[in-house]
Amino acid sequence: MANQSARGPERPLSPHVQIYRWPVTMGMSILHRVTGFGLALGSLVLAWWLVAAAMGPDAYDTFQAVAYHWFGRFVLFGFTLALVFHMMNGVRHLFWDMGYGFAVPTATRAGIVIYVATIVVTWAIWMIAYSAMGKL
Amino acid sequence: MSLRTPLGQVQGLGSARSGTQHFWRQRATAVVLVPLTLWFVWTVARYTGASHVEVRHFFANPFNAGSMLIFVLAGLYHMVLGVQVIIEDYIHREGTKLALLVLNQFAAFAVAVICAIAILRLAL
Repeated sequence: MANQSARGPERPLSPHVQIYRWPVTMGMSILHRVTGFGLALGSLVLAWWLVAAAMGPDAYDTFQAVAYHWFGRFVLFGFTLALVFHMMNGVRHLFWDMGYGFAVPTATRAGIVIYVATIVVTWAIWMIAYSAMGKL
Repeated sequence: MSLRTPLGQVQGLGSARSGTQHFWRQRATAVVLVPLTLWFVWTVARYTGASHVEVRHFFANPFNAGSMLIFVLAGLYHMVLGVQVIIEDYIHREGTKLALLVLNQFAAFAVAVICAIAILRLAL
């Protein structure tokens, strides 16, 4: 046969992630892994903060200056967002492990609630942070 | 050559690898981390822009230093387990996979030791 490749005749492929509309749960699952890995890298920032504080005022002030720089705040905002999302979605995983919330409409609704709650809680944390600095 | 079936040969010997240990520890650390994360986020937000003296004062309280230490250790353990799964899922060359799995454990252990020393030095 003319159009037969080495691996046999061409077969239609099943639709993959580029083809069909992403269910909410799929985006949540991917984000859980992405935020988890991001938090792993973020643990280095936490380590830096602790070490800087332990080393003394000079090292601590350097950390504070970097953290307050717009890029530092951008990274810390992402860290907060990832931490809040990963924690709340993690609680949902624990409910799944116990056998609750598997129905598709339930899982989708819970996912949307977590998206909204992540934004609200992250915003609230940064409000607390800015008021602690006396910037509000 | 044994006449016993492959299934019969392994039955009763227990798990071939680590069984549910990884799964279970991932969940146990997750449960511990939920309240600790809430405490951590609340605390760090209120100490944003705090002076070095204020931070020292914070860690002088054993409850604060202890909570931070447990948060860091439980978090890094949870992290090792999570990153291990990511490596196993995406890296298929045996040598690279093994190297990354070892690196994952060593790096997390190093960060844990450094954080623990920093916290203890602040606390004591």
